[in-house]
Amino acid sequence: MTKRRILALVMLVALVAAACGDDDATTGGPMTEIGDGEGAVSIIAWAGYIEDGSTDPAYDWVTGFEEATGCEVTVKTAATSDEMVALMQGSNEYDLVTASGDASLRLISGGTVQEVNTDLIPSWDQVDPRLQEAPWHFVDGKHYGVPYQWGSNVLMYRTDVFGDTPPTSWSVVWEEQTLPDGESNAGRIEAYDGPIYIADAALYLMAHQPELGITDPYALNRDQFNASLDLMRTQRDLVFRYWHDAFIQLDDFANEGVVASTSWPFQVNYGQFTGVPVASVLPEEGATGWADTTMMHADAQHPNCAYMWLDWSLNPKVQGDLAAWFGSVPANLAACTGNELLTDTGCATNGEGNFDQIHFWKTPQADCFGMGGECVPYHEWVTASVAVIGGR
Amino acid sequence: MVTETTSASRLDRISGALHRHPRLRLALLLGLPLLWLVGVYGGSLIALLSQSFFSLDDFSGTIDRSLTLETWGDLFTDSNISIAIRTASMAVAVTIGSAIIAFPIAYYAVRYAGPRLRAVFFVLILIPLWSSYLVRVYSWKLILAREGILFWFVDKLNLNFLLEAALSAPGIGGPSLSASALGQFIVFTYIWLPYMILPVHAALERVPKSYLEASADLGAKPLQTFRTVIWPLAIPGIAAGSIFTFSLTLGDYIIPTIIGDSSPFVGLAIYSYQGVAGNLPLAAAFTFFPIVIMGIYLYVARRAGAFEAL
Repeated sequence: MTKRRILALVMLVALVAAACGDDDATTGGPMTEIGDGEGAVSIIAWAGYIEDGSTDPAYDWVTGFEEATGCEVTVKTAATSDEMVALMQGSNEYDLVTASGDASLRLISGGTVQEVNTDLIPSWDQVDPRLQEAPWHFVDGKHYGVPYQWGSNVLMYRTDVFGDTPPTSWSVVWEEQTLPDGESNAGRIEAYDGPIYIADAALYLMAHQPELGITDPYALNRDQFNASLDLMRTQRDLVFRYWHDAFIQLDDFANEGVVASTSWPFQVNYGQFTGVPVASVLPEEGATGWADTTMMHADAQHPNCAYMWLDWSLNPKVQGDLAAWFGSVPANLAACTGNELLTDTGCATNGEGNFDQIHFWKTPQADCFGMGGECVPYHEWVTASVAVIGGR
Repeated sequence: MVTETTSASRLDRISGALHRHPRLRLALLLGLPLLWLVGVYGGSLIALLSQSFFSLDDFSGTIDRSLTLETWGDLFTDSNISIAIRTASMAVAVTIGSAIIAFPIAYYAVRYAGPRLRAVFFVLILIPLWSSYLVRVYSWKLILAREGILFWFVDKLNLNFLLEAALSAPGIGGPSLSASALGQFIVFTYIWLPYMILPVHAALERVPKSYLEASADLGAKPLQTFRTVIWPLAIPGIAAGSIFTFSLTLGDYIIPTIIGDSSPFVGLAIYSYQGVAGNLPLAAAFTFFPIVIMGIYLYVARRAGAFEAL
């Protein structure tokens, strides 16, 4: 009797939940003209992505925009792509979001963001042509945002261990081997703590087991996926720790005897700055990376100000300052010369020349991004990576 | 004057009615707290668990709100069960470790320390709770690091072989203390220890001195008194403390991300399933593990008399 009552209650809750669940997003065509500003625009961004000078007065690309357009900028920082997706799906409180490739396709397929009319963005022509029709925001012939910045993951290593022979392949983190200092790499390497790291395994297999036929490390069929997991399982025994906190990783390099790992240019720059003997390479297999796009909510409350920000965000001064601050590469390459903060070598340091070797993050989809066949969906990547890191 | 009488008589009537209807009195008293407990706690728990009867659509990655048991099928995999076992074993180990450390401290504070020393004891026990949890965990990472103070100290004592032996033990070892289950155990125990000391202290304080004197008068040796008088009376305190240490360890998902070899705990797995994959149904089903583990634990603790010492 009681059991049946509980079951009935559960069913009721389920029905209520189902009734609240359906929510049709209203989507029309893109805007055709920009009207007067609404006086405000709100943006979800990565920490450090939209600086108004309050952290460091030299880094301010908001005040100028506010003075020029009268649109007051409010910023909500988010820590993960998933948080960004959740915030955008929750309401139209936010007009814009700086979405990475592992969030952008989810936002597009969910109807959360709107098509952008590039004719309304005078600076569009300055966008790096390699990014203009990038698959993480250009879908079915429509633009769903404006590229902002990009960067690549790198192989960071201790210079005192590798000496004159820096690693050239990701094999130092995937296969047990003796390092130049005569000791094994077991327990002295790190890996990234996130399901998207399976793509790094797939990228390695792409070069070393061509018979698997991997062409895109984010579109894996069952066999390719399982092979990547096998590689991750053998790596499990070598891994000191799976990192997701940049400072913990640096500490492990400084105090724990970790000597090689996938990393971001940020840790390398910061480590060198604080005296940790580290350097980085882009290995011969290429690397995974991230590319962010500013996207606009389907029901944005301040569309005019939002369009003005999209144009402003491509301004070479903004792009260059941001690249210097964040260790990324600008979407507008005009920013690479003559920027005081970035300096003329900044773009090269941050990996501008590596574009073709980088496979940018995108959320794995069951339909293989329309390339045909059936791919392992993202939620299985998550369950599998939890299992592998747990030693299964 | 007239109004006063009416208001007084109205009050009289209300209190009279309440006196005659004890059930109404009880309902008024308990109504709000009960609504809170049942509605807010129970309701949200049911809302959460009911999510587990949905499933995640492979193609769109959105939640398919039709009732199914598919998610529950995904729950009982090797990997998920091993996560639950890992978390529960750590919780048990931390609880036993805390009890072993807490008992002598509490015993000393109750039996031997003077009032001033006892105050110092309490401050020392409570001080860590005033500083940020995160700061304490991060500093432990530095203490346990290979180039950290603990390794340095052990090296000075020429006891390296002991540490290396512990670190090469399967299951608890690792390349460094800060990347091993052993290190995790140390940090967990440090963080939750105060929650064990305080209830044990309270339980021991309630053991009357006259019992001990009576026991001695009857010819019991100190060890015998301890085994037959003090220990049984302290058990409810230990059981009460263990509820804290056990459930806090079971639910923690910050220490395993900073200390240890990244092997997921229950909290981390739930965070990954919901926070990273948006797989709310599986995350909801996963809460089944802590609920069952805590259910069993509370049952055992109740049998040990834990709720009498709370």
